[in-house]
Amino acid sequence: MQILINQVATELSTLSNAITLSEILIQVNPTPPFAIAKNGVFIPKKDYPQTAIIDQDQLEIISPVTGG
Amino acid sequence: MSSQTNITPTTFSLYDQTFSSRIFLGTSRYPSPQILVQALQIAQPAMITASLRRQGANPEPISSGFWEIIKDLKIPILPNTAGCHRPEEVMQIAHMSREVFATDWIKLELIGDDYTLQPDTIQLVPTAQQLIREGFKVLPYCTEDLVVCQRLVDVGCQAIMPWAAPIGTGKGPNNPYALQVLRERLQVPMIIDAGLGKPSHACQVMEWGYDAVLLNTAVALARHPVRMAEAFAQAVLAGRNAFEAGPMNEHHQAKASTPTLGTPFWHQAESSK
Repeated sequence: MQILINQVATELSTLSNAITLSEILIQVNPTPPFAIAKNGVFIPKKDYPQTAIIDQDQLEIISPVTGG
Repeated sequence: MSSQTNITPTTFSLYDQTFSSRIFLGTSRYPSPQILVQALQIAQPAMITASLRRQGANPEPISSGFWEIIKDLKIPILPNTAGCHRPEEVMQIAHMSREVFATDWIKLELIGDDYTLQPDTIQLVPTAQQLIREGFKVLPYCTEDLVVCQRLVDVGCQAIMPWAAPIGTGKGPNNPYALQVLRERLQVPMIIDAGLGKPSHACQVMEWGYDAVLLNTAVALARHPVRMAEAFAQAVLAGRNAFEAGPMNEHHQAKASTPTLGTPFWHQAESSK
């Protein structure tokens, strides 16, 4: 299964057609703190285990940076 | 007889929260993380702004480890929605900021023009209203337009942040008349956000009665950012003190400060002729 993470094509190892966001994060291991949007919509942390990700979904993983 | 007040010149309240400083600082464009930290330590800002970007995408050297540096300072974070051009983007970023920074504060930036970075004043009001409905403490970056600012207050903004000039220009107040009228007409706390370049600019707007200023580039790009941070902090305090002290009225005709009566040699030149 291939998805886009921060606009980069990423191959995920899974035997099924869907995988939860929690399972993806175990593979991707982003640096905390972070927040995630799936296909442009914010996903709260509490919903990660129930959020299904399928082929060609787009994830944005964002973190704090300097700001004005 | 001196008047007494319980409010010291530096006390400042927003959304029922009291701050001990009237200066807000951005965290971008500093030469190094160490200089940023020193600038923050000397200016003692009420809040510092931060943003959210894709992991690993920020080219600034400070972005690596930024959070570890900032969180240890224990300064309240004001997340921004910088770079958003659509209300939908603002809402997503605001919710993500709330989760990452664990705060309801949001500096609402909704850009309408990329050249001037002027806020989209048409979409700004309904977007602020939506954020407030969803429990955010909204500080909207806006222009000095009186009616737009009034509408922001009408929809629940308990403070507003008009620009002095476009972001990062350092021009100082572009429209002194409108900014002074705005200050006189609206009673909510107002923070001048963007466009200040020198401490004298900050002092000027504080003398007009603005409650605070938000700076970034003017400090970060100074030759000595730490000294400039201190200079701005002093200017903000001086301006606020001047506003509370009440400046004298301006006159056309000169009037000597030193008493004329008893001046030595008064009229002696004429009488000795």
